[in-house]
Amino acid sequence: MKTLFLTTAAIAMTATLALADGHGKTVRMGTEGAYPPYNFINDAGEVDGFERELGDELCKRAELTCEWVTNEWDSIIPNLVSGNYDTIIAGMSITDERDEVIDFTQNYTLPDPSAYLVASPDADIAGGVVAAQTNTIQAAFIAESGATLVEFATPEETIAAVKNGEADAVLADKAFLSPIEADDPDLMFMEQEELIGGGIGMGLRESDGELRDKFDAAIQSMKDDGSLNALLDKWEIGGSF
Amino acid sequence: MFSFCTDPSVLSDRPWMACYLTTGKHMSIYYSVFTVLLLLAITAPVALAFGFGGATAARSSFAPLRWFGKSYIAIVRGVPDIAFFLFFVIALDQGIEYLRHKALCRDWTEPVRQGNDFVVCQAAKMPLGDAPQWVHETYGFSLAVLTFAIVFGAFAANVLFGAMRAVPRAQLETAEAYGMSQRQTFWRVLVPQMWVFALPGLSNLWMVLIKATPLLFLLGVEDIVYWARELGGTKTSRFTDYPHGDWRMWYFLALLVFYLIFTRISEIVLDRLMKRLTHGQATAGGEAQRKAAA
Repeated sequence: MKTLFLTTAAIAMTATLALADGHGKTVRMGTEGAYPPYNFINDAGEVDGFERELGDELCKRAELTCEWVTNEWDSIIPNLVSGNYDTIIAGMSITDERDEVIDFTQNYTLPDPSAYLVASPDADIAGGVVAAQTNTIQAAFIAESGATLVEFATPEETIAAVKNGEADAVLADKAFLSPIEADDPDLMFMEQEELIGGGIGMGLRESDGELRDKFDAAIQSMKDDGSLNALLDKWEIGGSF
Repeated sequence: MFSFCTDPSVLSDRPWMACYLTTGKHMSIYYSVFTVLLLLAITAPVALAFGFGGATAARSSFAPLRWFGKSYIAIVRGVPDIAFFLFFVIALDQGIEYLRHKALCRDWTEPVRQGNDFVVCQAAKMPLGDAPQWVHETYGFSLAVLTFAIVFGAFAANVLFGAMRAVPRAQLETAEAYGMSQRQTFWRVLVPQMWVFALPGLSNLWMVLIKATPLLFLLGVEDIVYWARELGGTKTSRFTDYPHGDWRMWYFLALLVFYLIFTRISEIVLDRLMKRLTHGQATAGGEAQRKAAA
């Protein structure tokens, strides 16, 4: 009798385990929450923005239950790799360096031009001091160019550096800088823009191929029926598929 | 929150401020104040218990226990807090998951370390992948409490170890002369008298602990410093009903005031406690109290 009971319990256990590996899983979406319009925390204290809407739609199409978590940009890749969440959906451009550590889905934005935001029109962006967020394609780009790079942990601080004169310019995605430029009469764009990166994609662990394929297919279906373009337009992000 | 908050752009300064300070996002920062207070309320007694255990172990007559106590104090005190926080929490989290993985998923053949990835089966995840967000937050918070307790416990152990040695030897000898066992001497004579020697050191630790709470953010808990930075950052009119410039300075000023008030209250309470503990003790402070009363 006892053995029978134990066996039943064991079978029940394995059944739930199998279930847990299949359908019951919640996909945790990691984002930064500080990079509008891609992702930010709205007045209600929730994750909002282009990637929130996109992510929710992708999860619906891939029939997954998703949950949003925020994480510092600095440690966003290490925390994905160690399993604290399952995807990075944080305006992360697909680059070769990152691709060595994690996997990307196909891109869901075209390469967005990066723009220089400056406090005076005669700022020296070729040889002066340019601010960028740490571990971004823009930071890597400036490091290669002749300008002096100052890095900051958050996008907010890069803007503050230009306003208080610590840096001559900030280089970031134009979609992020545009609303700031529109609100602040002291800041303006330089004419020169840089086309860097291979578009933004969703980051996943290299061992998570199955999940990557699901999201890849969902992105493809959104590209095919034009709903991705509608989202890009709504959040005023450049380029359409 | 208030009925007049439907269109903040037409409000005058005061109602605007009232609406602004009661948005859902601001509720998060008020809520995080309680997180910090809760952390202190749990960590302080746990750290004290760790300290007491460490100090007792360090003065034990049983050699392995003594080595354990002494190395705990020496190792944790010697490592920078931040390094310990970053290392210990990841190591602890992965250690727990690894053990659960070994116990729960015996038929799993793939390696746990795959290149950069740390992969365990779904059932071994801590907390489970399908657990609601609050479980994840509570788990992170508990890891934070444990880490704080271990770090501050080591310092408390050193303080208590010194305090135990500061109790006059004559007191212990008298107790032994009365025929008390070692255990009785420890609990009835040594422990009640050591607190007065330990309190200055412990109060110092308490102050440092209060100020160390922003380290919470390193552990993924959204504390007041995170929210102050997030709320204070420039907000453009496209993404919020309450656009404003860079207000981080004001938020950090508020934090400064909060911490100052909190440490000031602590000082007052600790002073009173010191007075009470000194009462009737064979120390200079106790003697002064006796003379003042006479």
